[in-house]
Amino acid sequence: MRARRGLSHTHVGSLHAPDAELALRNARDLYTRRQEGVSIWVVPASAITASSPDEKDAFFDPAADKVYRHPTFYDVPDGVAHL
Amino acid sequence: MIGPFDFALALGDDALVAAQRLAEWTTRAPEMEEDIALANIALDQLGAARLLLSYAGELEGAGRDEDALAFLRDDREFRNCLLVELPNGDFAVTMAKLLFLAAYQLPLYTALAGCADERLAAIGAKARKESAYHLDHASTWVRRLGDGTEESHRRMQAAVDQVWPYVHELFAPDPAAPVDPATLRADFDARVAAVLDEATLTRPESGWAPAGGRDGVHTEHLSFLLAEMQVLHRAHPGARW
Repeated sequence: MRARRGLSHTHVGSLHAPDAELALRNARDLYTRRQEGVSIWVVPASAITASSPDEKDAFFDPAADKVYRHPTFYDVPDGVAHL
Repeated sequence: MIGPFDFALALGDDALVAAQRLAEWTTRAPEMEEDIALANIALDQLGAARLLLSYAGELEGAGRDEDALAFLRDDREFRNCLLVELPNGDFAVTMAKLLFLAAYQLPLYTALAGCADERLAAIGAKARKESAYHLDHASTWVRRLGDGTEESHRRMQAAVDQVWPYVHELFAPDPAAPVDPATLRADFDARVAAVLDEATLTRPESGWAPAGGRDGVHTEHLSFLLAEMQVLHRAHPGARW
């Protein structure tokens, strides 16, 4: 679901449907009741390859001590509000 | 029909009774997703009904608001078409009814959006988008069931045959109305024919054409529907929640 133009699609939920066309309509009915979105993508669960909780350490821990990957070592000049 | 009051009342009653019938599916639909979809469509119809009945009350000028019109009239005073009051039947019958209703309401509301009466034009402009979705939803199911298995085809064709006689009433000429229903027939026929063709269904021959809803002469089904819809308001007048 994309909430507004310019934003990225965000996962909002899962549903049952016999095919993609009905999945799209079901998603419209289930997830846009309160004006949540302007665009919907549906993806069959079988097409998703996900990381496993068992692999969490190997996948994500190595990034924990690499602070230099964050752009936090720059001096921001005064008066630049939205750098 | 005579005058704008009767016109707004008839359209409002169509939407109100359709909403009540569709809402009967809540917790009973074939699957959860469809349950929500039918409830959504029912709420669209209810929204249109509220606008139309409120406006009808103002046109009448007798102090009746939307609640008075919805809850304190008897069946003979309702002006809805017979199509919407028919029982839901199985899912195929509900989809046939929804297909015909939406294929009528879409060109109706579209024409209304361009009419001289500003209030009706605003209601039409809002409701036509909803009707377009109702038509899409019903068409999707009619195509799938018609062009599905042998059993689904049989039941969908039976549903179309069963409901078809009731569509003629929708297009009874009324040249004095803000939108003459007779002018909508060609659009309706074209839309319905396209869906039925794709669904491998046969359009029934037009013969028996029951009518009377616009004059307050209804099937027995409406009285039962109204009894359920009105009982709370009649037992506790003015109740709020």
